[in-house]
Amino acid sequence: MAEYKWPDADKRNLIGKRISRIDGPFKVSGRAKYSFDVNRPGMLFGKIVRSPHAHCKVKSIDTSAAEAMPGVKAVHIVAQPDTPAAELKWVGASVVAVAAVDEPTAEDAMRAIKVEYEVLPHLVVDTDPKTAGANAVPANENKAGDPDKGFADAEVTVEGDYGLPVITHCCLEPHGSVMEWEDDGKNVLAHLSTQAVSGSVAQIARPLEIAATNVRVQQDHIGGGFGSKFGPDEWDITAARLSKKAGKPVKMFNERDNELMVAGARPSAYAKVKIGLKKDGTITAWESQSWGTGGQGGGGSPPLPYIFNIPNQRKQHTAIMNNIGSARAWRAPGHPQGCLITMSALEDAAAALNMDPYDFFQKNIEMTGQRAQVYSDELKMAGDLIGWKKNWHPRGDKSAGSIKRGLGLSIHTWGGQGHPSDCDLTIQPDGSIELKMGTQDLGTGTRTALNIIVADTLGLPMDAVKISIGDSRYPTSGGSGGSTTIGGISASSRRASLDALDQIFAKAAPALDAKPEDLEAVSGTIRVKSNPSKSLTWAQACSKLGATPLTVRGKNPGPGNLGSQGVGGVQMADISVDIETGVVRMNKMVSVQDCGLIIDLKTAESQVYGALIMGVCYALYEEKIMDAKTGRMLNPNMEFYKLAGIADIGELVVHMMTGKGYDERGVIGLGEPPVVSPGAAISNAVANAIGVRVPYLPLTPDRVLAALDQQKGGK
Amino acid sequence: MQDDDKLKDKGSGLSRRSFLKVSGISLSVPLVMGYRVVKVRGADVKVFGPGKVPIKLTINGKAQTVEVEPRVTLLDALRNDLDVTGAKRVCDRGTCGACTMIVDGKPVYSCTTLAIEGQGKSITTVEGLMQGDKLHPLQQAFIDNDAQQCGFCTPGFVVACKAFLDKNPNPTPEQIQRGLGGNLCRCGTYMGVRAAVAQAAKGGRRNG
Amino acid sequence: MRAFEYASPTTKEQAVGLLGNNWTDADVLAGGTDLLALMKDDIVAPKRLVNIKDIRELRGITLGSDRSLRMGALVTIQELADDPQVQKAFPVVAKTAGEIAGPQIRNMGTVGGNLCQRPRCWYYRAGYGLLAKDKSGEPLVPSGDNRYHAILGNAGPAYFVSPSTLGTLFIALGGTVRLFGPKGKREVPVEKFFVIPQKEGDREHDLKPNEIVTEIVLPSLAGVNAATYEVRQKDAMDWPLALASVALSLNGNKVRSARVVMGYVAPVPWRSKEAEDALVGKTITEETAKAAGDAAVSGAKSLGRNAYKIQLARVAVKRAVLAAAGGAK
Repeated sequence: MAEYKWPDADKRNLIGKRISRIDGPFKVSGRAKYSFDVNRPGMLFGKIVRSPHAHCKVKSIDTSAAEAMPGVKAVHIVAQPDTPAAELKWVGASVVAVAAVDEPTAEDAMRAIKVEYEVLPHLVVDTDPKTAGANAVPANENKAGDPDKGFADAEVTVEGDYGLPVITHCCLEPHGSVMEWEDDGKNVLAHLSTQAVSGSVAQIARPLEIAATNVRVQQDHIGGGFGSKFGPDEWDITAARLSKKAGKPVKMFNERDNELMVAGARPSAYAKVKIGLKKDGTITAWESQSWGTGGQGGGGSPPLPYIFNIPNQRKQHTAIMNNIGSARAWRAPGHPQGCLITMSALEDAAAALNMDPYDFFQKNIEMTGQRAQVYSDELKMAGDLIGWKKNWHPRGDKSAGSIKRGLGLSIHTWGGQGHPSDCDLTIQPDGSIELKMGTQDLGTGTRTALNIIVADTLGLPMDAVKISIGDSRYPTSGGSGGSTTIGGISASSRRASLDALDQIFAKAAPALDAKPEDLEAVSGTIRVKSNPSKSLTWAQACSKLGATPLTVRGKNPGPGNLGSQGVGGVQMADISVDIETGVVRMNKMVSVQDCGLIIDLKTAESQVYGALIMGVCYALYEEKIMDAKTGRMLNPNMEFYKLAGIADIGELVVHMMTGKGYDERGVIGLGEPPVVSPGAAISNAVANAIGVRVPYLPLTPDRVLAALDQQKGGK
Repeated sequence: MQDDDKLKDKGSGLSRRSFLKVSGISLSVPLVMGYRVVKVRGADVKVFGPGKVPIKLTINGKAQTVEVEPRVTLLDALRNDLDVTGAKRVCDRGTCGACTMIVDGKPVYSCTTLAIEGQGKSITTVEGLMQGDKLHPLQQAFIDNDAQQCGFCTPGFVVACKAFLDKNPNPTPEQIQRGLGGNLCRCGTYMGVRAAVAQAAKGGRRNG
Repeated sequence: MRAFEYASPTTKEQAVGLLGNNWTDADVLAGGTDLLALMKDDIVAPKRLVNIKDIRELRGITLGSDRSLRMGALVTIQELADDPQVQKAFPVVAKTAGEIAGPQIRNMGTVGGNLCQRPRCWYYRAGYGLLAKDKSGEPLVPSGDNRYHAILGNAGPAYFVSPSTLGTLFIALGGTVRLFGPKGKREVPVEKFFVIPQKEGDREHDLKPNEIVTEIVLPSLAGVNAATYEVRQKDAMDWPLALASVALSLNGNKVRSARVVMGYVAPVPWRSKEAEDALVGKTITEETAKAAGDAAVSGAKSLGRNAYKIQLARVAVKRAVLAAAGGAK
C-alpha cells in the first residue's frame, strides 16, 4: 500500500517549481473556447426583457407582436402576472424572454413586447440604517468577556467609522450558457459558465423537472467567477425552456449592464467601532455597531473583530434588506469587510497611542491565536520587503508639497481545506495517461496543478499526461469556491497516481526480478531503488498491463496527510496622496502569504498578484452606485464601474512562505486570503499619509478631500 | 431583397419611403444586391440596409463574406457569424479592450466598429498572430510570464500589446504602462503583461 | 441597437444631402466611439447612418504659412498626438490629445467627434433625457447622485458636464470650427459651438441635423504659452474630474492677456473671465496662480455631492497656469 504523502523536497521534480500553465497556448491564441464562445448549428440567441423598476408587480405582458415577427422562434414568460413570480424586487429582474435567429432580431422582439407594471416602493441605499425603516433588521447584541469592565480598564478609548460599499463581481465572461436538448428532446447539454461543473447538473435538472442523469454540463474555460457562478441562474433555465420550445440550441448571456445589475454583488458593511486600550498598546475591549446589505437577503455580520480575539467584546449588527439584486459569495466572503473595519480601527488605535502599527500588531499578536508566530514572521518579512522601519512615519506626512506618502498594513486569514473530489486515472498499455475529473479551471491553474501532480508522482514529464476536466460525465469534484479546489484536486489526484503506480509496480516487478515495494518511478523509468540500472521504460512497464488499461479512482477526503487548512497573510501598502486633488496613487504593495505546500509556484504567485490588483480595485475605485429615487444602478458599465488599469497598481511584490515549517502542512487553498487585506492596508496607508482616516472605501477624491476638510474643520 | 414597402423601420414605424420624402432624396435605382443607389446632389450613392447586406471582410489575410445588417458590429459579425471567437465581448461599449483587433495596422475596439465599416480593410485578430502552429514570440512571452488567469481579457490584451510593440519596439517600463491603458483585466494579470511585453520587446528572450 | 440604413459618401455635399432635417432621420458616423454606444443604449436611434470616413477632404493636418493649424474633422486623436508638426508648433495640443482615454479610443476617435460627443451624465445615458427628468418632469440631478455633474452653469435645466477635452483646449487657443450644411460653409468660434440647452430636444452644440463639422482651425501659437492640466483618478480610460486649459500671452514676465477654460465642470467648456482678469498684469507665481484658481471657481456651486469638484477645478486652473508659465506650450 502506498503511503499517501507528498514527496520530500529533494524528490520533487515538478511540484513547487515554476511551471507555465498548460492551457496557456490556447488562451494566448484565442483557441481556448469559453461557454460564451460556443456556437452550435442552428443556434438561436436569447434575450430578456428586464424590469426597469426596483420593486414592482407585472400586471400584464403582451408578446403577440414579438411572436409574429419573422425570426422569433420562442417566447417564455418568466414573471407571469397574477402569480408570486410577478413581483420583481430589483431593476434587471427577468420579465419575459425571447429566442430569435440572431441578436438584432431578438433585440427587436424585446422592444415589441409590451409590459405593464405596478410600481411599488423601493429602497436601494444602505449607508444609514435609520433611513431604512422596517427594512433594517437588527440582530441581538453579541457579548464576549466583560465589555463594561474592558472599557473601564482602558486608559484610552478610540472611536471611528469604517465601511465599504456593495461591489459587483464584474466577471469578464458574463453569466450565461448555451442550452441544447439532445436525443429528441430527452437530454440537456448545458454549456454553462460555471464554477461548479459537477454541482450544476442537479440544479439544472430540478427546475426543468427531468432526471439529473439526463443533464450534462460542459465547460472548457470560464472567464471569471469570483464566487458568483456556482450554478445555473434563472436565465439559464429560461434558455433551456426556450430551447425546448424552439427545438434549437439557445445562447443566453447577460449584457454587461445586466451582469453588473443582477449577476452578483458583495454585501456592504459599515461600522461604528470603539476600542479600549492601555497606554502600552494592550487592547482591552471592542465594541461595534455594524450594518450592511446583501440585497433582499439582508446579510449577516462580517467577522468582527477580525482575527484579533479581543477579550471583551460587545457587538450588534443590523441587516438592511433592499432592492439591489441579490448578494453572492465574493472571493473570501465576509473577510474583506471584517478586515477593513478591524484593521482600520486597530491602526487608528495605534495612531491614538502614537505607536507604530507594526509594533502595535506585534505587541498584540498573541490575540491572533494559533497562527501568531506565522503572522509575526510574516510581518517581519513584509516589513523588510517594503522597508517599513526605514520609511514609516507617524500619522501625517510632514514633508513639503501636496504629495503625501504613507505606509499601511493589514493581516488576514482563511481556511482553504480541500473539497470532496474524485478522479479517474487511466493508464493505457501503451503508457499514455489520462486523468479525468469533473472539476473546472477558473484560471487558477487547476489543469496545470493536476498535470504536475500526476507527472511528478509517476516520474514522467508534463506532456506525458493528458488532463481532462470540465465535463459532468467525469468523476464528481467540488465547486471551485472558498479556496477549496487545490486542496481537493491535489489530494485525489495524488492518491490516484500513487495507487496506479502501485499497480504498475506490481506488474513490472517480475520482469525486474524485484518486489513491487522495491521499485520507484524516476525519469520515465520504473527501476529498482537499490540498483537503478535494473529498469524498464515507462512504456515497457505499462505494456505489462496486457490488453486492458488500468483505471484507478482517486478520492478526497481519503487517507494520509496531503492537506490541511488555516493560513495567515500580511500585506503592506505604500501609497501617495495628492492632498490638493484627493487622488490616491499606488506606489508599492507587498504580500507575504502562507498556503502550505505549493504545487505550482508560478500560478500560485499569479493568484496573489491578482488578489492584490482586485484589492486595489475595491480600495480605490469600485462601487455599485445606486440612485435612491429611480432605484437604478447608475454605473452598470465599465466606464463608471471602475477597475484599475495596468498603470494604476504600482509595483507589486509577492513572497510565498514555503519550505520547512510550511510544506509539512500539505496543500491549502490560496485564492481567497490575499484579496482580504488590500482594502485595509491601503486605507491605513492613506491615513498614514494624510493624517486622517477616510472612513469609507473606495478612496475616491471626493472622500479623501472630505476627510481632509473635516480634519481642517476639527482643528 | 425585400421590396421597399416591407422595409419598415421597426423603431419608429415610419416607412423608408416617407423618410426619403422627408430628407429630399429621390429613389433612382431599384434594390440590388443589398444596396440601392440614390441620387444625392447629382451623384450616385449606395445606401445599404437596413436589412442584411453581404459584407466582405479580410480577416487574418483571408477574404470572407458575411450577410448581416449594417447595425451588426465587427465583433459580433466575427463571433456570431464567422465563428471567430478569440476577441471577446465584455463591456460592449469601447472601454475594456477585450475585443481589440488591429484594423489597417491600428488597434481598435471591434465592439464599437460596424462590420460594414470593416470592408476593404485588413483585420487582424488574436487568431492571426500565430504562424502556422508556432506561437508569436509575444504569445510565448505571455505564457512565460503567466500574463493570464481566466484568460478572457487575454486575446484583446495580446492584440493590443502586438500593436503597441509594432509602434514602440523598444519601450521603457513607463511607456509599457501608458501604452496599454485601453485594456482591463479582472483577475489581475497586469504584472505578467508588463513582463511579457518587456520580454517580447527584447526579442522574445525569456526572463523567468 | 435599432436597425438603420447606411451610406458612405465620398464628398461633404453628398454627406449633407444624405442627412435629414431631424436628428432622428440620420446621424453622422465618424469614429463611432460615442455614437454606437448611444445607439446600443437606445438613447439615439437614427434611421440612417452617414459614415463620413470616406470623405478625403475631411482628413489631414496642415500648418499654414501664418502658423495657423488646420485639423480635418476626421483627424484621429492619435494622429494629432503623433503629428511632428503639431508636436513642434502646438505641443500643448499633441500632449493633451495623447492623454485622452486609451490607445484604441485615440485611434478611433476623431477631432470632430471629440467636440460633438454627447455628455456622459448617467441619467442621460439611462434614458432620462439630456436634461435628466423623471416622468413627472422633476429633474433627477439636483436631488440625485450628482458626484460627476456641473459646478458651474448649473442653475438648470442642464446639469451635465461637457466631456470635450479638445473643445476646452481649443477655446483657450481661440479656435474656430468650420461646418458644412445645405447652405454651404459656416464658421463658428469653438467657444460659441458649445451651448447650454434650455429645453429637452435642444442640443449642446450649435450644429444642425444636416450639418457636419469639416475642420477646426487654431490661430498661431507664437508668443502664447499654453498648458492643460487634468485631474482624473485613474491613469487611463477615465474621464477627467476637472480639467483646465490656459493660454497666456506674456509681456516680459507679466501676463498681457490670458484665456482660462475649464472642462468637465459645466454643460459647456467654461471660460472664466474672472480667472483671466486675475492673471492680467501679474507675474505668474504660486500665489497668482492660486488666485486665478480661486477666481475661476468663485461662481461655482455644489449640487450636493460634487463640492469636491470645485476644489479640483481650482487646482486644475492653478496647475495649468503654472505649467503654461513654465514654458510648457
